[in-house]
Amino acid sequence: MLAYFVRRLFYMLTTMVFVSLIGFFIINLPPGSYIDVYQAQRQNMGTSTASAELEALTRRYGLDKPVYVQYWKWITGFVQGDFGISFEYNREVKELIWQRLSFTVLIALGTLIFTWIVAIPIGIYAATHQYKIGDNAATFVGMAGLSIPDFMLALVLMVIVQNVFGFSVSGLFSREYIDAPWSLAKIGDLIKHLWVPVLVVGTSGTAGLMRIMRGNLLDILNMQYVQAARARGLSEPLVIIKHAVRNALHPLIMLLGMSLPSIISGSLVVSIVLGLPTTGPLYFAALRNQDMYLAGTFLMFLAGMLVVGNFLADILLALVDPRIRYE
Amino acid sequence: MADNQNTILQVENLHTHFFTESGVIRALRGVDFSVERGKVLGIVGESGCGKSVTAQCIMNMLPGNGRAVEGKISYYPRESIGSQTEKVDITGLPPRGKAMRAIRGNEIAMIFQEPMTSLDPVYTVGSQLMEAITLHQNVTKQQGKEIAVDALAKVNLPEPARIFDAYPHQLSGGQRQRVMIAIALSCNPTLLIADEPTTALDVTTQAQILDLMRALQEETHMSIIFITHDLGVVAEMCDDVAVMYLGKVVEQTTVDAAFHSPQHPYTRALLRSIPRLTDENQTRLDVIKGRVPDPSVVPPGCAFHPRCPEVIPGLCDVHTPEVIKLGGGQEVRCLLYDDKLMAQSPTRTALAESR
Ligand SMILES: Nc1ncnc2c1ncn2[C@@H]1O[C@H](COP(=O)(O)OP(=O)(O)OP(=O)(O)O)[C@@H](O)[C@H]1O
Ligand SMILES: [Mg+2]
Repeated sequence: MLAYFVRRLFYMLTTMVFVSLIGFFIINLPPGSYIDVYQAQRQNMGTSTASAELEALTRRYGLDKPVYVQYWKWITGFVQGDFGISFEYNREVKELIWQRLSFTVLIALGTLIFTWIVAIPIGIYAATHQYKIGDNAATFVGMAGLSIPDFMLALVLMVIVQNVFGFSVSGLFSREYIDAPWSLAKIGDLIKHLWVPVLVVGTSGTAGLMRIMRGNLLDILNMQYVQAARARGLSEPLVIIKHAVRNALHPLIMLLGMSLPSIISGSLVVSIVLGLPTTGPLYFAALRNQDMYLAGTFLMFLAGMLVVGNFLADILLALVDPRIRYE
Repeated sequence: MADNQNTILQVENLHTHFFTESGVIRALRGVDFSVERGKVLGIVGESGCGKSVTAQCIMNMLPGNGRAVEGKISYYPRESIGSQTEKVDITGLPPRGKAMRAIRGNEIAMIFQEPMTSLDPVYTVGSQLMEAITLHQNVTKQQGKEIAVDALAKVNLPEPARIFDAYPHQLSGGQRQRVMIAIALSCNPTLLIADEPTTALDVTTQAQILDLMRALQEETHMSIIFITHDLGVVAEMCDDVAVMYLGKVVEQTTVDAAFHSPQHPYTRALLRSIPRLTDENQTRLDVIKGRVPDPSVVPPGCAFHPRCPEVIPGLCDVHTPEVIKLGGGQEVRCLLYDDKLMAQSPTRTALAESR
């Protein structure tokens, strides 16, 4: 178990190194230096930056050196908590990202929990009532959930909530709370707004997960050990929950780690439509504007979330499956 | 063999159908046989003839799309030896009901063909053993564990206390099948159903498991239904044998009679298809011609007639044979023994005259 843990940890770190390397070079691919863009922007705004300031920047990030030196300066700073500056906002990157990252994590976690709580029971019901009305209804609703585009669902929900409940769901807070300090009322307001993006981002995932759970469980229900458990005289609910569902969940735990990318890219579209202060829109803009350190930092954090998610899924899997634990 | 005071299980005219998208599959088309107390009954027949479905019916755990549409399975529990009044009508019990679950795993236990997949991979051997014991026996956890380790020792597993804590993937196929036998016997069943318990094992392990089962049977005097393809195993293990063909029992008899005076042409053909060590002139093995037909298109008359070497055209493809009792408890479903029909048959008369 310890060896397994250490090995996974090692894979995780190697992955992060590769992501940072590849990511940095890809962000650097477009021609022109950031200093040029930065300078052009400054001039557009009418303030010509003193060349002393530009030089300081150039030196700090080694922008006149080859790419690998730039990478080295960036990554060594990065691990010490210096994420660089955003040319676009002319502020330190770390001042810009924390709130957005935490909202992204919040929505991702909310979506995951929502997806599992809804999809697993329905999947179990559908598998144990194969081809009955409930199963067919779940299939139908699931297919609809899979095929409705996220942005459309977002727009439809926005209109419905606006007209039926009488409050606006764009953004994560009502206007009066946006700049207010944290309080119970503010958290309540957040939850009131959170369910819409969670529902939108989670719908297709829920439908997919439900289908997978149903399929897995149907496979497991045909296994000999389920028959054998029944032949011991166990009651049907015990056979299903203790033996069948427990085994059908394993592949889903592996999926858990892999479902984060789709949740995060799903939340990008929704964030744009609903105007949510998540990482998505800012990351997108940073890539477009060649705002390299901002983009790079987002990339590292998003990749980090994925890798950590996978790592946790691996550990969870080892905890529930003795075959892996005893490897 | 029916109506015997010593009968523990009687299957009468059992019809089981599977309702699938491509139509109804008539897996059992009137199965009759009985199992005697303390005896081992072998059920043999080619793949697909309905042996496993018969076992599922006795355990009352058919898959969701299957139903016993006709017939009866009567079980005579251990307390009521000789008294017919206390019999349990298994086909009449709800499959998931309490009464059936009190029998399953307790009075009638079952072991399966695939030892590699018969144990749930995520629980220890001990926890799966305890499941059965604490369910059917009124014991404390500590007593239960003693019974469990005892059961593991009884099936000759080395270091039973260690095996108790092992996970299935840490055991070999033979060890897993021993564990399955331990689980099945932990509640002292009166009837054990073994569905090809050694088919998936290598020859040596197979022999060991058979020895073990034979020894345990002699010790506990339970009845066993032993399902197999292998007539050699039948000769070694069984007292009686029921030969199945396409959802029907075509012959039930003692093992001696089956090997020395088989009556049904199918039984004879099966016997001709096994190699004999005593065979000096190395004759080629007879293979039964043709293949088992699909159960959705059962031939009319006697289902075996298209493959039967003794078929009588105009008779076997028209009339469905009934069970005919011959002497010595031998029962056979074949028109050759139906004197009334045989007397009327024109072909038969012609055949007799030409001889
Ligand atoms: N769940 C099911 N759905 C549909 N048909 C089934 C089902 N189970 C069994 N059958 C059919 O019933 C028939 C008898 O099957 P069964 O498994 O009893 O054969 P068997 O004699 O045990 O064969 P084998 O020696 O290969 O184990 C087969 O034709 C099979 O296709
Ligand atoms: Mg079978």
